Amino acid sequence: MRRTIPGWHAAKGIFDRDRARQQAQLKDVDQERRDFASRTLVVFFVVAVMCCVLTARMVWLTVFKHDEYRTISEDNRIQMFGVPPPRGRIYDRAGNLLADNVPVFSIFVIPELTDDVDATLSEIAALVELSDREIDAFHTLASESFPHSPIRVKPHISPEERAVIEVNRHSLSGVQVKPDTVRHYPYGEVMAHAVGSVRRKTAEDIRRLDRRRYSRTQFVGRRGVEAFYEHSLHGEPGSRQVEVDAHGREQRELDRNPPIPGRNLTLHLDASLQVAAANALGERRGAVVAIDPRSGGILAMASEPGYDPNLFVTGMDPAVYDALADSPMKPLFNRATNGRYAPGSTFKPIVGLAALAAGVTDWERTIVDSDGTYRLPNGNRRYRDWTWTKNNGGGQGVIDLDRAIYRSSNIYFYELGSRLPVDVIPRFAEQFGYGHALSIDVAGASPGLLPDSEWKMGARGEGWYPGDNLNLAVGQGDLLATPLQLATVAAIIANRGNVVRPRMLVDGDDLAEFKDAEERSAVAGPTPDDWQRMVAAMEAVVHRGEQGYQQNGTAWAHIGLDIGYRMAGKSGTAQVVGIAQGEEYDEEELDEYSRKHAWFIAFAPVDEPRIAVCVLVENGGSGSSVAGPVAREVLDHYLLPKLAAAPSTSTALANESGRVPGT
Amino acid sequence: MPSDYTRTLPLGGASTRALVRLHLDPWLLLGLGAIVAFGLLVLYSASHRDLETLANQALRIGVGFAVMFVAAQLNPRLYLRWAPGLYILGIVLLIAVLLFGTTVKGSQRWLDLPGLPSFQPSELMKLAVPLAIAWYFHARPLPPRIRHVLAALALCALPTALIVPQPDLGTGLMVAAGGVAVILMSGIRWRLVAALTSLVVLASPALWFVMKPHQKGRVLTFLDPGRQPQDAGWNITQSKAAIGSGGFSGKDLFNGTQSQLDFLPESQTDFIIAVIGEELGLVGITLLLVLYLLVVARALLMATGAQDTFGRLAAGGLTLVFFAYVFVNVGMVSGLLPVVGVPLPLVSYGGTSAVTLLLGFGIVMSIFGRGTR
Repeated sequence: MRRTIPGWHAAKGIFDRDRARQQAQLKDVDQERRDFASRTLVVFFVVAVMCCVLTARMVWLTVFKHDEYRTISEDNRIQMFGVPPPRGRIYDRAGNLLADNVPVFSIFVIPELTDDVDATLSEIAALVELSDREIDAFHTLASESFPHSPIRVKPHISPEERAVIEVNRHSLSGVQVKPDTVRHYPYGEVMAHAVGSVRRKTAEDIRRLDRRRYSRTQFVGRRGVEAFYEHSLHGEPGSRQVEVDAHGREQRELDRNPPIPGRNLTLHLDASLQVAAANALGERRGAVVAIDPRSGGILAMASEPGYDPNLFVTGMDPAVYDALADSPMKPLFNRATNGRYAPGSTFKPIVGLAALAAGVTDWERTIVDSDGTYRLPNGNRRYRDWTWTKNNGGGQGVIDLDRAIYRSSNIYFYELGSRLPVDVIPRFAEQFGYGHALSIDVAGASPGLLPDSEWKMGARGEGWYPGDNLNLAVGQGDLLATPLQLATVAAIIANRGNVVRPRMLVDGDDLAEFKDAEERSAVAGPTPDDWQRMVAAMEAVVHRGEQGYQQNGTAWAHIGLDIGYRMAGKSGTAQVVGIAQGEEYDEEELDEYSRKHAWFIAFAPVDEPRIAVCVLVENGGSGSSVAGPVAREVLDHYLLPKLAAAPSTSTALANESGRVPGT
Repeated sequence: MPSDYTRTLPLGGASTRALVRLHLDPWLLLGLGAIVAFGLLVLYSASHRDLETLANQALRIGVGFAVMFVAAQLNPRLYLRWAPGLYILGIVLLIAVLLFGTTVKGSQRWLDLPGLPSFQPSELMKLAVPLAIAWYFHARPLPPRIRHVLAALALCALPTALIVPQPDLGTGLMVAAGGVAVILMSGIRWRLVAALTSLVVLASPALWFVMKPHQKGRVLTFLDPGRQPQDAGWNITQSKAAIGSGGFSGKDLFNGTQSQLDFLPESQTDFIIAVIGEELGLVGITLLLVLYLLVVARALLMATGAQDTFGRLAAGGLTLVFFAYVFVNVGMVSGLLPVVGVPLPLVSYGGTSAVTLLLGFGIVMSIFGRGTR
């Protein structure tokens, strides 16, 4: 059967020898067929066994491992998506909105639908202003999102910007303008420090916060009430159980669990009083804190200058932020809660009460100030009264505690300081909240500094010198307090020793953030008579007038002449430069130094206090003439309408200026 | 040309006689038709009910059946005559592929000859190797002597060595399987089989040194599927999850979440059995395996009916190539074997292998009942 077969010749040489032999052989065709049939049977048996192996494998997967693989398969397709809760609103005591959620329009980009994300961003930037910061924020969000999910590029666009995007929509594939919600602060700058602000969630927030609760949240409270009550304002996210495909695209919703909206908060703040306080400060740098002494509720907490919190909501231009952050006026600094200043003479009522409680003095005891200076029994250093220059070297004469308050005699308190044992003043003063943050819900409030011998040994490695006691007795030295703390002190004096803790929230005892305030009954030590007479002495600061300069209250000429209600107060000045121990204390030089901070603490009406206030004017100079009128303006704004509405209580109190309180 | 085997056909009637006259085996046609119908149904689901995909595949299968019909009409003598030439042509083309081949998806498998549609010469070798070895044994006494077996192994190893580096481990394996199947069917002693098998097993670590990095990766992934969960291991984890989650009776057609939501990779092509497992369950897979087994049984039975050595060995070898596809594919998708690119015959989307395999069955039908003398 040799024939010419294609390709045959090539193979022929190799197999030639075998072929020659084969040709000589005759094959037993039937035998071969039988052999093949039996081999085929074996092969088929092997094939069948292999099929059984495959089937057994399938049985293993589908029956024995079914539950395990069903779980993997379900986990693949079912995803939980968070639904952000609407943030709680913040109201003042009268129901005015301080922080609102407003609907706006924002520009979103779906990366998957764009031809080139960067090119699309450039096209958007050609139509609306788009900062590098916003582009960076976009990329941060885009890197942790699916390419099919819309990512915010520019929040809160104007109607004009919206129009220009809509007009050019045909050339902007993957670009959407969608309704969005942002935080809005209707009062702007005035409430900035009191209410605080939110900012867009940052990479740091993502690390810090509960991932589950914040997965879809845009804004996080960063300052003030917004920061302190972040947990309650935020609410609890809902969830959607969604079937997704392998690319994360949503197919259908399987289940929905609606979010629990954030709590609406009502604050003690009185928006109109806050505005009045800000106006009273005007262009000056400073702070006003007003507290209702009955509840501790913070009625006003102004720090000027402020900033527009709305700028922080959507993120601002770096240049704008730098201008705010670098301004010598420090508009971002909350002076009311974090400005620490020496309380100066506003501390004298505390020292007086401490001395009464310690039995070091009484209301009858007098000293004689002959030349306006005080010298420790065995020291050379001369401690001068504030009146030293005014009196041309003369003293204030005979001084009792009452007069030491309304004339603000340093000499009297130096003398008390020299006789008060070490640490008696700090132990007494801490009951008023000096040295610790007594406030319940003020974010980041500073504790100030209340020096005592232990602190001094730790901080300076030195013992407590007699001079330290003298400085402390007039509210100078290392003692530091915030306007919020001094407003609290005024409220506690107004309460005749009943301690209240300042609080922003009207009713929030059920909230997680609201630390259960331990009940502080009263300041221990002074008798009711001591309190009454101290209050009377402070009343004289404002109302004792027409007695001649040496006999008038220090603030009478500035605020006491035409006042329509009874007010108690105390002025103070805070040294800006610290006085190191051993350094010559040169009152004259410091008196000349114009950059002292002016304080005034006050409360009214005296017999039925409704408001306690603390005013600080940075580098304002005299407490009585600069800070006093601010306090008066704030009290007037708050009290006059209320007293006019209830004449029965006001008639007894009104028009008594000039009356000399009984001493 | 009806033979005495007509009597053994279990079907009767005029239509059967017409098919027999056309050298078309009714039982084999029935089995192949059932597999194709089953495959098209599953492909319809796997393609998310895309009629265009379905039409494309139906067209390709149609072409395959046409080729099978033509192949069945040719006298087996022609295949005997063409076998060595086809083999040499294939070797030349494989060398050409290595030299001038077109690279698609990182593999150099395709040959673009002017005037011809581009094609994979390795596909040709799936038929050429069993035919060539059958031709080689045809002219030699059986059972073969050891040197004949070694020569046959060389015929088998040469194209495999040319295909694997393309790289195309899957096709290389199928080509080798076709050759080895013919050698096994030739009646070599089981002692020899055992000796050669142990030789291959001992030599297999040497394969490691000729494998490409991605092939090594597949082997490593097979040994430890959790190794690269997002990459190679992902495929096998998802296919096992699809089959396993389908359970006994499946999630019903069109309702498989793994396949419909794209978690299952290559769900229309190499991994389509996982779609069957997920949607039709163990029942569906077993049904398909039974169909395959019936086709193999019928084709092997037809091989025993061939009139000469070439016919028996060629028909048996071609049938076993078909089964090798099934075993390797199902084994890899279920995690029994490393992932190599082998489609599920007549079910996976794609025309090339379907046409080749149907052509093979055409040759089996041609051989059945007709000698080469």
